[in-house]
Amino acid sequence: MPETPYAVEMENIVVRFPGVLANNQVNLKLKQGEIHALLGENGAGKSTLMNVLAGLYRPTSGTLKVYGAPVTFHSPKDAIARGIGMVHQHFMLAPTLTVTENILLGLNRPRFRLNLKQFDEEIVALQEQYGLRVDPRAKIWQLSVGEQQRVEILKTLYRGASILILDEPTAVLAPAEIEEFMHTMRTMVAQGKSIIFISHKLQEVTAVADRITVLRKGQVTAEGQSIEGMTREKLAQLMVGRGIVFSVYKEAQEPGEVVLSLQDVHAENDKGLPALRGVSLAVRSGEILGIAGVAGNGQSELAEVITGLRPCTGHIIINGEELGNRPPITAIRQGVSHIPEDRTHVGSAPNLSITDNTMMKSYRQTPISQGWRINYTVAHDTAVKLKSAYDILAPSVDTLARKLSGGNLQKVILAREISAQPQLMVAVQPTRGLDVGAIEAIQTLLLEQRKAGTAVLLISEELEELFALSDRIAVISEGRIMGIMDADAADVNQIGMMMTGGKEM
Amino acid sequence: MTTSPAPKRKFSLPYTLIVEKRVEDTPRWLPAATSIGSVLIAFLIAGIILKQIGGQPLVVMRFFFQATFGSWAVISDTLVKATPLILVGLGCTVAFKMKLWNIGAEGQFYMGAFFASLVVLLPMVSADASRWTVIPLMMVMGMIGGALWGFIPGFLKARFAVNEIITTLMLNYVAILWNNFWIFNAWSDAGFQMTPQFMRAAWLPRLTDYARQYPTLSGMTLHLGILIAILAAVIVWWILERSRWGYEIKLTGDNKEAARYAGINISRNIILVMMFSGALAGLAGMSEISGVVHRLQERISPGYGFTGIIIAWLAKLNPIAVIPVSILFGALIVAGREIQPAGLSSLLQGIVLFMVISSDFLLRYKVRVAHRS
Repeated sequence: MPETPYAVEMENIVVRFPGVLANNQVNLKLKQGEIHALLGENGAGKSTLMNVLAGLYRPTSGTLKVYGAPVTFHSPKDAIARGIGMVHQHFMLAPTLTVTENILLGLNRPRFRLNLKQFDEEIVALQEQYGLRVDPRAKIWQLSVGEQQRVEILKTLYRGASILILDEPTAVLAPAEIEEFMHTMRTMVAQGKSIIFISHKLQEVTAVADRITVLRKGQVTAEGQSIEGMTREKLAQLMVGRGIVFSVYKEAQEPGEVVLSLQDVHAENDKGLPALRGVSLAVRSGEILGIAGVAGNGQSELAEVITGLRPCTGHIIINGEELGNRPPITAIRQGVSHIPEDRTHVGSAPNLSITDNTMMKSYRQTPISQGWRINYTVAHDTAVKLKSAYDILAPSVDTLARKLSGGNLQKVILAREISAQPQLMVAVQPTRGLDVGAIEAIQTLLLEQRKAGTAVLLISEELEELFALSDRIAVISEGRIMGIMDADAADVNQIGMMMTGGKEM
Repeated sequence: MTTSPAPKRKFSLPYTLIVEKRVEDTPRWLPAATSIGSVLIAFLIAGIILKQIGGQPLVVMRFFFQATFGSWAVISDTLVKATPLILVGLGCTVAFKMKLWNIGAEGQFYMGAFFASLVVLLPMVSADASRWTVIPLMMVMGMIGGALWGFIPGFLKARFAVNEIITTLMLNYVAILWNNFWIFNAWSDAGFQMTPQFMRAAWLPRLTDYARQYPTLSGMTLHLGILIAILAAVIVWWILERSRWGYEIKLTGDNKEAARYAGINISRNIILVMMFSGALAGLAGMSEISGVVHRLQERISPGYGFTGIIIAWLAKLNPIAVIPVSILFGALIVAGREIQPAGLSSLLQGIVLFMVISSDFLLRYKVRVAHRS
């Protein structure tokens, strides 16, 4: 067998699902010791391709070579045996077990008696080697998301992985953690590992990757190109197949009457600690009020008190009606739409169809509801219309929600919430984890809502997004509004100061 | 570079089983096919066991079918047993659809029987009241009794988050003992553990009642309850599949957080669904005393409430499928009285449940045989 510079060679991979060609003649070659970025829109076939490599799916046709040797994987076990390890976007850890216990979980060793101390030491040694520090005795639930991710990576390294697949690893990380994570990736590559890195964030890709492969609609549009000379615009063009406007155009517009006003609202978080401490603000029709802040400073609770999902004190008034401490149905009746932060656990029902998911709020109204009866013919037709109007990619409206990619699921939620013709739209992290094409589509939809005279409360951690969309930006820190300013006049540094609790200048 | 070699096998067959997660939608016919397959495999296993202990499986199986479906008379017996099973199975289906684990159908059945008996025993009607007033009143009372026994765990869950599995299970014993208290004591018929026989107006019409006009019907105990049960199945199907309330139940069962977000009052639905579930089991209790035993007595249920759980699962929570599944289980009960060894019926029931639960695996995973390369 000749020595090969490639760790992985995937050639002419075809994966066909009923009604969908997920991968069409895809080639991907991972050199030994490189960081290879895999790019593409949601539903472009990245996850499918990586699941083939990790042994979860079998390709319809095509060949797969690992270190030059042709292989066929029947299960993830076979892939692990060949040194391929995948770190999934959603962690698969047991929260009540320690780091070491989680790493050992599913292994054949120790055979009988568990000498945790010995394994703790082994794991510390592994951590030292790759700079992935985390206390081996800590329980998973005590760890931050970034630390949990390190455990996932340690898990694959401990199993002897030399080829790592990282599925959108930075989507869950805070900016500071991302910096550290990129450093870890470089360390691992320096020690001889090879990495396939899936990401939507083009800045990260240009910063850390050696080469890139881009997929669009199941086909390769750039195969193993060097990152040299790549710009964000060029990458976006390859992914989406057209030019992407990075800042959507916001028309000047005079806002109307006040739709929503909050007066001295207090609320507690799930742990019973104060999350909102006297929030007062107002949103007018045809205006987008952006809420900036570091995650966990009361943004989620703010959205929940307005939509009736969380009890509070103080006043929340929409069009003269009190909303605070009322059940969610009150807010829905008053024309409040809500794009929740957690689209899978709150915003949708995974085992129900697209039709069932699009009628979650309209099932009480004619024409879908006819007295006690639901007219499923009308519901079906409505869903078909929404599916084409919002460009939801799925075989049919009977497809289950859990089969949809993140971007398409978000479009289902937006289709539902916008078609309710809301007075007020509460959008929480509406573009998180989505690709550039979907982000543009969703931001455009929010601006259309503004144009239609809806009051929009936009909660986001992306300052760029807030500046692009908002008329005014309010900064929240430790449950208090630190200041509200016009987006045109606002200064990024000043907002950054206020986000960390600094006073308004 | 360190690469471990492909795992070596000690011995190898030319074929290998490959188990994969289903990526595409599960075919529509598959759930029904696994249920039917489960029953067939259960009969096969029971046959093998019979053979092992020296029996003649084919003879026993033929006798089984003769004893349960062999003539109009035994079909009538089978359907009599199927009647309460359909109603109880529907009750479980409704609750399970919302992921409420109501295993208290047995208690709800007894309370339904008790409340329906009140119509005669209090009495709530005059002695010469017509069938047209007594029967509907008994049905309503039966449903109220069952609904009350569903309300208690429902309320406790909605208000105080008390686990409904525990409360429904415990309330079974309360209901049975409550019944015993009355039939051993106040309503005892000459010291026997049963009430005096009800007046004819409280009996559901039976086929044998028409034997004078149609002599072939003589001895057939099939009663009007079977029609009530089938009608109930259609109503439950309509509610679950076509009504707003059914949509709320389905949505809450799949994702409670999403249901709350959609503005559904979950606490109210927990109570209502538990009451509806209990009412169906209570109606089964009414149908049994009014259609079969014609008095309130001890052990009116040979565990119908628990069999209902198996039925709901085997029917994959489809109200219409509950009907044939209940007929099968009714046959098993009838056969249990006729066949030696008598345990064969329970054996079959147990294996069927085991098969149904394990066959869920096939709905989520694909198994194929491949040539080892």
